[in-house]
Amino acid sequence: MIVGRVVGPLVSTQKHRKLEGSALLLVQPLDDRNRPRGSVLLAVDTVGAGVHERVLLVLDGRAAGDAMRRRGAPVDAAIVGIVDHVDADTGQAQ
Amino acid sequence: MQLARVVGDVVATRKDPALVGLKLLVLQPLDHERRPQGRRIVAADAAGAGVGEVVFFVRGREASFPFYPAEPPVDAAVVGIVDHWSAEGAAPPPA
Repeated sequence: MIVGRVVGPLVSTQKHRKLEGSALLLVQPLDDRNRPRGSVLLAVDTVGAGVHERVLLVLDGRAAGDAMRRRGAPVDAAIVGIVDHVDADTGQAQ
Repeated sequence: MQLARVVGDVVATRKDPALVGLKLLVLQPLDHERRPQGRRIVAADAAGAGVGEVVFFVRGREASFPFYPAEPPVDAAVVGIVDHWSAEGAAPPPA
């Protein structure tokens, strides 16, 4: 899992049926000092996260499908938590 | 998933039998400001997308999931067409 920050919501009317009813959020991955790291990605939100919140992301299809309670959903990223705080030495894994 | 614009399609007559009937789209990945980002790729269409549309796609093993129970050998699939998005959180949060 990684930590990211919610950039904003994405609206898609026409999508695969296993994505119907799912909230989609753009997320900026962060490094261990909360700086943007890499490209913004699109994730299914399963916890009700809001813009600017720091979130916990899974980047794995099976885990994302599990989080959606929809095995076999064609997704590769899902928000599975809202981060209260991270307590780690900088330079270590998040 | 990632954002992309559909910039073309691919026709292949001789191909893996599991690919028969799939629409293959050429995608230009985009960043959250709609700027082209990285190399173009070919993806199977699972959303009814067409040239010119902005879409999102999934990569990896999950790309074959939309076609279950068939398991076509694809590593990217378009799974939705984008209406619009907001990127208001792209800037640092207010202090």
